Amino acid sequence: MTLLDHLIFFPVLIPLLTGVLLLLPPFHERLKLQREAVMASNMAILIVAILLLIKSVGEGPQIYMMGDWQAPFGISLVNDVLASVMLVLTAILALAAHLYACAGEDKAGAFFHPIFMFQVMGINGAFLTGDIFNLFVFFEILLIASYSLLIHGGGKQRTQAAVHYVLLNLAGSTFFLFGLGMIYAAFGTLNMADMSYKAAQLDPQNIELAKSGGLLLLIVFGLKAALLPLHFWLPKTYAHTSTPVAALFAIMTKVGIYSIWRVHTAIFGEFGGELANIASAWLWPLGLLTLGAGIIAVLASQTLKMLAANLVIISAGTLLITLAMNTQQATAAGLYYLIHSTLLSAAMFLIAGVVQEQRSQAQDRLVRGRAISQPMLIGSFFFIAALGLIGMPPFSGFVGKILILQSANSALAASFVWPLLLISGLAAMLILSRAGSTLFWRVSGPAPQENKASPLQVTAIVILLACSPLMVIFGAPLTELTEMAAAELHKVPVAIVEGTL
Amino acid sequence: MEILYAICVGAITTGGIFLILRGYTFAVVLGLTLLSYAVNLFLFASGRLVINGAAILGESETYADPLPQALVLTAIVIGFAMTAFALILALRARSDLANDQVDGKTEIHDDLPNKVGDNRQGGTNK
Repeated sequence: MTLLDHLIFFPVLIPLLTGVLLLLPPFHERLKLQREAVMASNMAILIVAILLLIKSVGEGPQIYMMGDWQAPFGISLVNDVLASVMLVLTAILALAAHLYACAGEDKAGAFFHPIFMFQVMGINGAFLTGDIFNLFVFFEILLIASYSLLIHGGGKQRTQAAVHYVLLNLAGSTFFLFGLGMIYAAFGTLNMADMSYKAAQLDPQNIELAKSGGLLLLIVFGLKAALLPLHFWLPKTYAHTSTPVAALFAIMTKVGIYSIWRVHTAIFGEFGGELANIASAWLWPLGLLTLGAGIIAVLASQTLKMLAANLVIISAGTLLITLAMNTQQATAAGLYYLIHSTLLSAAMFLIAGVVQEQRSQAQDRLVRGRAISQPMLIGSFFFIAALGLIGMPPFSGFVGKILILQSANSALAASFVWPLLLISGLAAMLILSRAGSTLFWRVSGPAPQENKASPLQVTAIVILLACSPLMVIFGAPLTELTEMAAAELHKVPVAIVEGTL
Repeated sequence: MEILYAICVGAITTGGIFLILRGYTFAVVLGLTLLSYAVNLFLFASGRLVINGAAILGESETYADPLPQALVLTAIVIGFAMTAFALILALRARSDLANDQVDGKTEIHDDLPNKVGDNRQGGTNK
């Protein structure tokens, strides 16, 4: 075993150690040092994630048994293409969100930097784990960090949003455990690869138990991913939290989507025998309705942050539809769209934050107000992010939507997916052009000189926005990557006891 | 024994769900605590109930599945931390929003005995 074999654990280990270190005396209460430490560790995570991606593409999936306990009893970390793509995405997002926070928002409350690190640790762990109970543990880590990040800075609205978010997620965690109990009782294992192998030859008397467990897990992941009746917490939570936290939270709904891939595509997927595709029947109507609800909500948005939050619901609905289709092509398209929508919704939150700061009284409400200090710069950022989110060429939203439309290839699927997806683009275009013209053109007075965006904020937005054209320029290798990830997810399960996956 | 156990877990779960559907943070936190008790018992049973069986090989003739016991231990620790957090947050919300209603609204005190509207701190949610 060389150090490179242990690399898989580093995306969890680096933020853990940095987070703990920041709580200790040499770093404690020294803001500049804390900022630099987190920046360094974010860079390190990004490098490790890229190395892992190269490794998983070159050598196929790797399994790391924690403490060298043997599968299927030991806890495994699995690095395949899907996991490492998500790691790279998280690393880029965390880097940008943290840069933005360093412009001053981290001073609003204590312990921002350590909690930020624990948040990253939880997200990375959830992407890497190959054990479903460990998925629960990492969920809890990312949740408890997100609870604290959410109320960072305090304030009435934030506390109220946090109460809803925390109580809902605590109930969700309990259901997660109920689901896990049923699944363990039915499968006798918690290793996800082992479960997907056993699903097809399950004892008939355990089938119903496994089904109920699987669907309970769908409720939990649906709560995270903003599936229709469970999405009402999202707009308020995202709109009222501080800007960098909202940007980082753009990945949180995607953790739910990712877990549905891991559980309902890989375990209860097409090779599940009697358990095959149990989620599809629910995801079809609920996914379409989520998209519909997102379209209505986005048209009714009153502030730019609320608008960005409602766009997250639209992207969640779109992704849930690709999950419902549950074909390899749809999964690949969904992954491309997921990367694009995470980066651009985060960018939109950051832009909304800058607008909010520069318009003083009017904040980010979509009403006539005073001019913002840098109308050209922020205006063009807004324009690029909007084009991407609507799905207009030449940005990544266009490619993502085309891929999804292509994967809805049966007549029935197309008749539902095409109109809704296209209408969602239209709705986004309507509201974003209204928002843009109100914020940047319907202004009173010339642009003031004070209160300019700091270079850190601009860099953060540029990093996120630059990904969009890059995703188009490198579209061919990226779609190859997503297809590879989808192929691994849809492969025939192999018995784990015979060694590797 | 299975039936008795199942009824007990079911009763606790029912109580928990009833309480989390109430509109006041204190009741909801109590409900979550009850639910986490229920889920711990439920997890414990997921390895099937065994009488007189240690979770260690060779100590007794039959042995119990040790994995659910490890899971319950983890779940207890996590549930404890989460409940503590929820309690503190509920207290914070009580002082920030000047009432303990989950939506922060004062007018929904319909089932409390003649409570005077919370306007001591002049909240905006009247």
